[in-house]
Formats: sequence, C-alpha cells, structure tokens
Amino acid sequence: MTAEIVLQVFRFGFLLLLWLFIFAAFRVVRADLFGGRAGRVASVPPRAAAPGRKRGRGPRTLVVTAGPLTGTKITLGEQPILIGRADDSTLVLTDDFASSRHARLTNRGGQWYVEDLGSTNGTYLDQQRVQGPLLVAPGQPIRIGQTALELR
Amino acid sequence: MGSPSTDPRAALPGTVVPKRRNTELAMLGFAVLITLAAQCIVDLTVTGSLRPELATFGGWFAALWVVVHLVVRRFAPYADPLLLPAVAVLSGLGLTMIHRLDLAALQADAEAGREDAPVQLLWATVGVALFVAILVVLRDHRLLSRFAYTLGLVGLVLLAIPAVLPASVSEVYGAKIWIRVAGFSIQPGEFAKICLIVFFAAYLVDKRDVLALASRRVAGLELPRGRDLGPVLAVWVVSILVLVFERDLGSSLLLFGIFVVMLYIATERASWLLIGLGLFAAGAFLAYQLFGHVRVRVDTWLDPFAYRDEGGYQLVQSLFGLGTGGLFGAGLGGGRPDQVPVAKSDFIAAAIGEELGLFGLVAVIVIYLVLVERGLRTSLVVRDAFGKLLAGGLAFAVAWQLFVVLGGVTGLLPLTGLTTPFVAYGGSSLVANFGLVAVLVRISDAARRPATPPPPPKQALGEAPTEVVSS
Repeated sequence: MTAEIVLQVFRFGFLLLLWLFIFAAFRVVRADLFGGRAGRVASVPPRAAAPGRKRGRGPRTLVVTAGPLTGTKITLGEQPILIGRADDSTLVLTDDFASSRHARLTNRGGQWYVEDLGSTNGTYLDQQRVQGPLLVAPGQPIRIGQTALELR
Repeated sequence: MGSPSTDPRAALPGTVVPKRRNTELAMLGFAVLITLAAQCIVDLTVTGSLRPELATFGGWFAALWVVVHLVVRRFAPYADPLLLPAVAVLSGLGLTMIHRLDLAALQADAEAGREDAPVQLLWATVGVALFVAILVVLRDHRLLSRFAYTLGLVGLVLLAIPAVLPASVSEVYGAKIWIRVAGFSIQPGEFAKICLIVFFAAYLVDKRDVLALASRRVAGLELPRGRDLGPVLAVWVVSILVLVFERDLGSSLLLFGIFVVMLYIATERASWLLIGLGLFAAGAFLAYQLFGHVRVRVDTWLDPFAYRDEGGYQLVQSLFGLGTGGLFGAGLGGGRPDQVPVAKSDFIAAAIGEELGLFGLVAVIVIYLVLVERGLRTSLVVRDAFGKLLAGGLAFAVAWQLFVVLGGVTGLLPLTGLTTPFVAYGGSSLVANFGLVAVLVRISDAARRPATPPPPPKQALGEAPTEVVSS
C-alpha cells in the first residue's frame, strides 16, 4: 500500500518538477522581455531634459518620442537631418513603414522645415500629411510609420 | 541597417546590461536536479534500490554542466541564459530513459550485455568537449562566413561518404548513412547538417538581393525568375540523391526543409515556401512511385495496423505505448517501453510518452520550444545579417527535426529515422547537436552584448554639427 502511494508521489511529483522547470524558464523569458534593457530604455522619460532648459532661439534637439528608437536624441545644428532606412541617414530608422530616404528636416534661419522625400507611406505633421516643406514648431509631433519625433 | 548609436540597445550607454549568468547557473542546477530525481525514481521503481553507480553518474553529469557554465562565463558572458538549461534537462531526460531501457533489457535477459547509458554519457562528454572547443576557438561567429564555401564542401562530402562506402560499412537497417569503423559508428549526416546550414546562411546573405528583388508578380505572388530557381533546384536534387543512394528519408527531408525556410527568411518572399512545397510534392510523388522503401514507409504510415506483423510493428507498439501512457503516464519505470523495437534511438519519444504521459511529453516539447524560441530570438536581436540567418537556420533545424521525429512516432508523418535531438541514443547526433548549440550560444553572446560605447568626443561640442549617427 505504502509502495503504491510512493509510486504515485513519484509519478505526479516528477511531472510537477518538469513543469516547474518550464515555469522557471518562462519567468526568465518574461524578465528578458519586460524587466530587461528594453523596458528600461522605453521608460526613459524623454521630457526630463526639456523643462529645465532655457528657451533660447528655437529648438536644439530632435527627440524620438515613440517607436523602436524612443529616447534617441539628435543635437540640431546647421546641417539638414535626413531620416530613413538608408545607412547614411542622420537618423537610421528600422521601421518597416519607413522608406530608405523618407524625410528631411532643414534649417532655414533658425527655423526647421520638414519635407517628405517621396516616401511610400508618408510623413505626418500633427495629423496632416506633409506635401511641400512645412514649418515645424517645437513640440509638434512628426510621424513616420511607428516613429514619432519632435523638436525640443 | 543597425548602426550602433541609433540602436535602441545603445540608447543608454550608462546602464549595465545584465549578463544573467547566475540565472543560467540556477536553471542548470534545476536541470541537474530533475535528472537526478528521474534517475532515482527509475532505480527505485524498477529494482527497488539505488544503484551504486548513481553517485558517479550524478557527479559526472553535474561536472559536465559546471564545466560548460564556467566556459560560458569566461568566453561568452552575455550568452542567452536559457539555451543551456534546456539542453541540460533534455539530455538528462534522454540519459534517464536510456538507462531505464537498459534496465528493462537486463531484466528480460541478464546476459543482455553492454549498457548504453554509460556510453551515451561518454558521448555527452565528447559533445561538451566540442562545445568548449567551439566557444574557445570561435570568438566571433562572423568568422564562419569566411569558411562558408569550405564548410559547404565539407558538408557535401560528409553527406556523400556513406553513399560511396560499401554497404557492409555503411548500412544499418537498410539506411546507408553510417560509417562503422572499429566498433564505432558515426552518422556523418548529423555534422553535414551544421556545415550546410553555415554555408546556406553565408550564400543566402550574399545572394538574397537577387533572389528577393528580381521577380514578377503573378496572381498576387511574387514569383522569382526562372534562373533564380537554380539554388533551390540544386538542393532539391541533392536531397533526392540522398534519398536514392542512402535510402534515408529523414536527412533528405531535413536538408530540403532547412534550405527552403532559410531562403524564405533571407528573402521574405512567401513564394519560395510555395515553390518548396511544390518541389517537395513532386519529389515525394516520384519517390513513392520509384522506390520500394519509400512506398513501405508510406503504406505503414497510412495504415500501421494492416502491417503490424511486418514493417508496421514498431509504429503499432509505439502507438500502444502512447495509449497506455494516457494523460499522466505510467510513471518512470512503470511502463513497458522496451516493447517498442529500437526504443532507445528512434522511438525514445514513445518511451517518454508512455512513462510520463501526455503531460510529460508536452513538457518535453515545451522545453524544445524554449530552446527554439531563444534561438529565433537571438536571430532577431543579433545585428549582422549572416548571424541572423545562421541563428534562424540552426533554431529551425532543431524544431524541424523534432517535428519530423515526433510526427513519425505518433503516426502523423511517415517514419523517417531521424533522431530526437539531445534525447535519443546516438553519439553523432548528440555531439553534433552540442556543436549546434555552441554556435547558437556564440551568436547569442554577440546579440546580447551591449554595443561598445562610442569614445567620448574630443572636439568641442559647438563644432560638432550633429551627433554622428551613422556608422
């Protein structure tokens, strides 16, 4: 009788042990997905730097606020900024909805204009599809595929 | 693509990227614990007492994984923490089932001769040695792409050797896939598999633009040009030759499936999958018409019970075993898995299904799934195209092989004679798969390693117009 009980304990105990292993493995997978680097990068508050900055003449940085590159910043200078999937873009997107040469930001007298470079899926400034060059105000979202950018 | 500083992983150079080596150690410990528990249960259930060699076995098995862990800590510190524990638990379960079948053979016939579990443990040791050698020698997986054509040639030669050798040296149970020398038998096809995956990866990275772009659209599908069909036709012909000259359905199917899927991964064109399926259907039909051994396999698959006294006996016994196991199994050591012929190598999944039941077999499949998922994830994260394709191919090879084997054992697919990776008895398979995991670990180390932070800018910030983003 006791032997029979022991056998049953072995039988179910071992299955339990196997599934506990899988449970532990899934916990590691979960930590990798949500607790790891990816989570930390996404939770970087992109706005943290902005308020303390004294407003000089016009925006100084281009910040990615949504999409896989969230948190990336590019200091603005005189040169135009090329955005797209091509390797030589200033901001290289890895977005499936972005074209290789998607859009360009140009500085004209301290003000920045966005231009669509004939992309397949379009560039949007505040819900409006960019056709010709449009003036970008600081804080106005520019959307390219899943990526959103703004000037700060 | 993938310049380091627009990479999301590199967005915060200050953060410490976790290496997760301690997680791996804990999981490895868990895997060793499961193995030892299984061994104890088998011994207590079958013989009523623990065998004296168990301490040696446990120490040896644990030492293997300690060595593996230390080598990974030293040579691939950022490697994926789940690849090795999954392998550990699978090979531990395999060793246990082989030992359990040894015991059954001894009970049936005390003179049964040699036990296979210690031999398998030796092969595992050889596998670990290969694993260590690969991690130590191969510091960057991209080096492999330089030897791609050499490896491709080596793979083809390995694949062809058994076909050329006389049947007395190369034939076992009708399949000419062995080299038997001085008491050792090697299946070179297992090693050929890895060499060919490396070759496919390097070749497809080179040629994928041609294969993906030059196409015309027919009925919503992007069909490749006729001349771009060359590579896939070549692999198809090689698989058919393997089928004809080695009478091995498994290697043939494995090779062709891996190539078609890697072609699909490289080009993102679903049309390749359809072309592959079409070629497969044509090949399968031809093989069924022309070769007796294929027809036997297919007929037994369609109706195993009609052939239960001849070719279908193995499959029928396997199905009875799985049925006896039911949901929770007969318990380790409680079933009669030795009733299936060649249970240790081809039908070890049936033995697991009988003794651990559906819950146990599904657990084993999920552990494979974890292994494959980590491989595919490595493929997604790693930055270079060759690494992506190689990791994807290796991970798919494990999944595909498992699918074909389990399909055979459960009667879903015709029997093929492939081995269950890491679990089944067989030195070549075990050693080759350790090599495969070593390459995956190497790639995953490269994938998870943080991009080296760029050196601090020397010039004054005012002179720098924009932060340099492209590499």
